[in-house]
Amino acid sequence: MLKFILKRLLISIPILIGVTVIIFFLLNVVPGDPVALMMKEHISVDVVARVRAQMHLDDPAIVRYFRFLAGALRGDLGESYKLNRPVTSLILNAFPNTFVLALWAALFAWVVGIPAGILSAVKKYSLPDNLFMGFSLLGVSMPVFWSALLFQYVFAVKLRWLPVAGFEDWRYVIMPAIVLGWSSAGIIARLTRSSLLEVMRNDYIRTARAKGLHELPVIFGHALKNSLLPVVTVMAIQVAGLLAGAVITESVFGIPGVGRIAVNAIQARDMPLLQGAVLFETTLVILGNLAADILYAFLDPRIKAA
Amino acid sequence: MGMNDPKEQDLTLACCAAGTCEEEESIAPPSSFLKDVVIAYRRNRLAMVGAAIVLILFLMAVFAPWLTPYDPYAIDLEVMTEAPSWSHWLGTDQFGRDLLTRILYGTRISLVIGIVPTLLSMIIGTTLGLIGGYYGGKTDMVIMRLCDIVLAFPSLLLAMVVMYTLGATLVNIFIALAAVGWAGTARVVRSQVLSLKEKEFVEAARAVGVKNRVIMVRHILPNCLPALIVLFTLGIPGAILSEASLSFLGVGAQPPTPSWGLIVTSGKEFLFSAPWVAIAPGLFILVTVLAFNFMGDGFRDALDPYMKQ
Repeated sequence: MLKFILKRLLISIPILIGVTVIIFFLLNVVPGDPVALMMKEHISVDVVARVRAQMHLDDPAIVRYFRFLAGALRGDLGESYKLNRPVTSLILNAFPNTFVLALWAALFAWVVGIPAGILSAVKKYSLPDNLFMGFSLLGVSMPVFWSALLFQYVFAVKLRWLPVAGFEDWRYVIMPAIVLGWSSAGIIARLTRSSLLEVMRNDYIRTARAKGLHELPVIFGHALKNSLLPVVTVMAIQVAGLLAGAVITESVFGIPGVGRIAVNAIQARDMPLLQGAVLFETTLVILGNLAADILYAFLDPRIKAA
Repeated sequence: MGMNDPKEQDLTLACCAAGTCEEEESIAPPSSFLKDVVIAYRRNRLAMVGAAIVLILFLMAVFAPWLTPYDPYAIDLEVMTEAPSWSHWLGTDQFGRDLLTRILYGTRISLVIGIVPTLLSMIIGTTLGLIGGYYGGKTDMVIMRLCDIVLAFPSLLLAMVVMYTLGATLVNIFIALAAVGWAGTARVVRSQVLSLKEKEFVEAARAVGVKNRVIMVRHILPNCLPALIVLFTLGIPGAILSEASLSFLGVGAQPPTPSWGLIVTSGKEFLFSAPWVAIAPGLFILVTVLAFNFMGDGFRDALDPYMKQ
């Protein structure tokens, strides 16, 4: 087991390094002088040259990359061009908001997705099954920003049940969590349904039925546990995806999270901030996938043996 | 197996003549590939609905100028954000432009955005997947690690960064979406190649001295086609949604382009007073994405027997 975890950890390191290379070179070949951008007024040529030298912008790209990498390892992601504050602290301040949103979205996805999947599998081709699968299809086919606007229109503008946007108390998290979690809920429902249907075809289920067990104990006592194995893995991957995928939801609902930082950084052409936010979110995804693999190995003894 | 590649048949027949072929059925399927797929596809009602909607969308895109009397860019300040009426079926936007007209013209953008980047990423992914899977070893390792890295990024964020660097133009959207999308295709193609290259017909081709490149393109690639068709159809809605998201975030299509995502974005400001501006184009995105998803599912089911290797 330890060997498996170690091996999996070792694979993640080159991926993470590759990610830093791609982010750095994509963002540092961009034309346009960041110094001129920082100082909005017209400034003299030698001031620009001095600041450039101060920021080491004239060093070769490879040198700057290793400086960036060394800084990132220490947790120093540079300073925002526009906000004049360390990128790391900006991100860490925003992260709790992203985390709360992702957590509620994930909870919504599980609490809705798993029971819906079970019900759909048990009552295959029934009205609830078709309904759930339809909603799940909608979830993956709707543009997130559009469903967000629809929710705002119906529940905030028309019905006035919930606040339109912002992030103050629990009422502010309901709509964004549902909007963000909808497609995840749909995916979980589909996966639970197909996985449960597959497990139900096994011989040991037939044995359980043959010995006279009722359908409910068969499902909840025997089938469900095995069928949730792939579901749990996907759930772990989804949490990372929700943390990183909240870009649009955060923008629409005005939640001051990491995704919104990335969007604002793009609009302000604030390169270090964008660089830091993207690196942070991608690292989260890599860690999430790692956790999912390890979790799967824990749950499925067949992997441990291999 | 299962494609009617004449060369492949010749080789398998040659094997049979040499007594190495055990099963008669493995030479060629009893009926044609295309016919089988069409029959299986037509049995799926949702897939047919999807195909019909896609056909209508293509017609809308091609005949947009004949379907509407309005100009998608003509500003008319007399009819700003008017509610749907007989003269403006879906109402007008904040510049008095007919919304339905803009959506009709937007069909062109969405279809192009759906198809071109998906095609690009399929070409890149297929080439790299073929090369990696066929040659194996270090080449394969490098390509697969590159895939891992690209797949580690949240795709929207990576596309955002590419757009930030290249600038927001239509061509750059193609590049950004292809740069993000190729890795998934490469993985699928590679895994297909890995199992295909162990097959007898590849071995036979190699034995009679066919060049590696020819084996890859003429013998292995055609057998990857079923998987590629499914990936392509299911890739289109993904690209359409990505473009809409990029445009919504301001790094995709730029005003006054009638991109559906952009129209929704502009309607965001008038959600209280003129909700139709945001709602109508979103519905078109939804229907288009659903239609392509139905088609993709239909192809997957119809091509299923050809994808098992």
